[in-house]
Amino acid sequence: MLKDITLGQFFPGDTIVHNLDPRTKIIIVVLYIVALFSAQGVVTYGLMLLFLITCIRLSKVGAKAILNGMRPVVIILIFTGVLNLFYNTTGDVLVHWWVFTITTGGVRTAFFMVVRILMLISGTFLLTYTTSPIMLTDGLEDLLGPLKKLHVPIHELAMMMSIALRFIPTLIEETDKIMSAQKARGADFDSGNLLDKAKALIPLLVPLFVSAFRRADELATAMECRCYHGGEGRTRLKNLAYTKEDYMALGLGVALTAVVMVLAMGFGV
Amino acid sequence: MEPILELRNLSCVYSQGTPFEHQALSDVSLSIYPGEYVGMIGHTGSGKSTLIQHLNGLLKPTSGQILLHGKDIWESKESVREAKFHVGLVFQYPEYQLFEETVYKDIAFGPTNMKLSKEDIDRRVHEAAHFVGLKEQHLDKSPFELSGGQKRRVAIAGVIAMEPEVLILDEPTAGLDPAGRDAILANIRDYHQSKGSTIILVSHSMEEVARSVERIVVVNDGKIPLDGTPHDIFSHSQELRSMGLGIPQVTQVFQRLRELGLPIQDDCVYTMDEARDVLLALAEKRGRSAC
Repeated sequence: MLKDITLGQFFPGDTIVHNLDPRTKIIIVVLYIVALFSAQGVVTYGLMLLFLITCIRLSKVGAKAILNGMRPVVIILIFTGVLNLFYNTTGDVLVHWWVFTITTGGVRTAFFMVVRILMLISGTFLLTYTTSPIMLTDGLEDLLGPLKKLHVPIHELAMMMSIALRFIPTLIEETDKIMSAQKARGADFDSGNLLDKAKALIPLLVPLFVSAFRRADELATAMECRCYHGGEGRTRLKNLAYTKEDYMALGLGVALTAVVMVLAMGFGV
Repeated sequence: MEPILELRNLSCVYSQGTPFEHQALSDVSLSIYPGEYVGMIGHTGSGKSTLIQHLNGLLKPTSGQILLHGKDIWESKESVREAKFHVGLVFQYPEYQLFEETVYKDIAFGPTNMKLSKEDIDRRVHEAAHFVGLKEQHLDKSPFELSGGQKRRVAIAGVIAMEPEVLILDEPTAGLDPAGRDAILANIRDYHQSKGSTIILVSHSMEEVARSVERIVVVNDGKIPLDGTPHDIFSHSQELRSMGLGIPQVTQVFQRLRELGLPIQDDCVYTMDEARDVLLALAEKRGRSAC
């Protein structure tokens, strides 16, 4: 049950979307978000949707996986939709009942708001679905590299992030194991009121913390034994390098954003 | 005799309906009788850990039944919980599940969950600590101050204190030094003899199992291909080897000696002690005939 958690889940594959440089993908996602927030009407949203669907098809991730990721945000979506529906009162009145008024303007904003959030989430999911966590942090580290000049510890932050991501599955497995062991001694995690449930977590959390600290300690020792001393002068197993496809994808991303912004701001469509 | 635990056509499939689907157990049937000391053998990934987690209701079978005293343990919510008190399970590396402030409290965790009286819990904690060879002064210490071997004893005591009718131990000696290993195996044997409870010892070491048990169950690829006395099992050395298991080295030596024509009647020599007796008897016979 715990194993079903999809957090930054990565589906390995060998498609053009998978093989793009992580930096390219991060930049495109940022551009995509900018374009998405400047989009105004059917034409610009249509263009964005076309781009998103093309990317999803190219990645072969499958619409089902993307839709599955949407489940946790359904409540936010409904909330946003309903709020916008009643909040915006421009345009013609469609329904008027008691204190509620639904107008064409409200329907329009609500619809586009929901579409915008859905597309935002799909786009970022596509990034984490097609890029391994290690590649992602490598890309981020490289992109944020200039901040090192300002003494921001980018390498350390990136290393912390990859270690954290690396240990999520390990800790989930560990939790499962400790839970079974305590259940075998009659621990009950499911019944009782909130206070009982919180108390029942102690036999789970104490061993979990103990083992997490032990693991951290062992990892630190292992890193030290391999003479790890930070990012200075450190080389990589896989050097990031832009290829022809990367430049093409970047060009496409910039062009799309430019077109969407011009259309939205100049023509409002 | 009625079996105390019975598996009927048990199957278990992990992550059914996803690309990660994996058949861990297929159509396994097994009966465990009261007072038996059973060794369960199988290499890593053979399904033995999955199998034992079914025995106390931690995992729900995909199909098939688990009967405890002839009653299905999945009959109701209470019966599943109850099963955990009747069938005690000591996991691999159990020292990682210790959490209380003192050893005493940790051993008392199981009995407390059983809602026993204070006196009863106290008696059980002391008894369990005694069985695993912990001293009185250890009981007030924090479990995190103890050595690895002692932590493991505390964890085993925590399950023994529930006084389960069936005690299952998953590789209780993994990662211990030879002295610690022998001590824990001796403790378990003593416990078996004095309490008369049923024990299932899971291991991948034939040497370890051969020393104590009276019956061996071999798990391979989610099935039970062999089940019988050590004598029966070790006569299938070829099959065992193809499953990635072996027979004890001493037994191998004696089987070979017999092939070479030495008059060894019994080919069930599993331990060094037995080997010494057989060899001494042989030497005596030789000596007498030479005179």
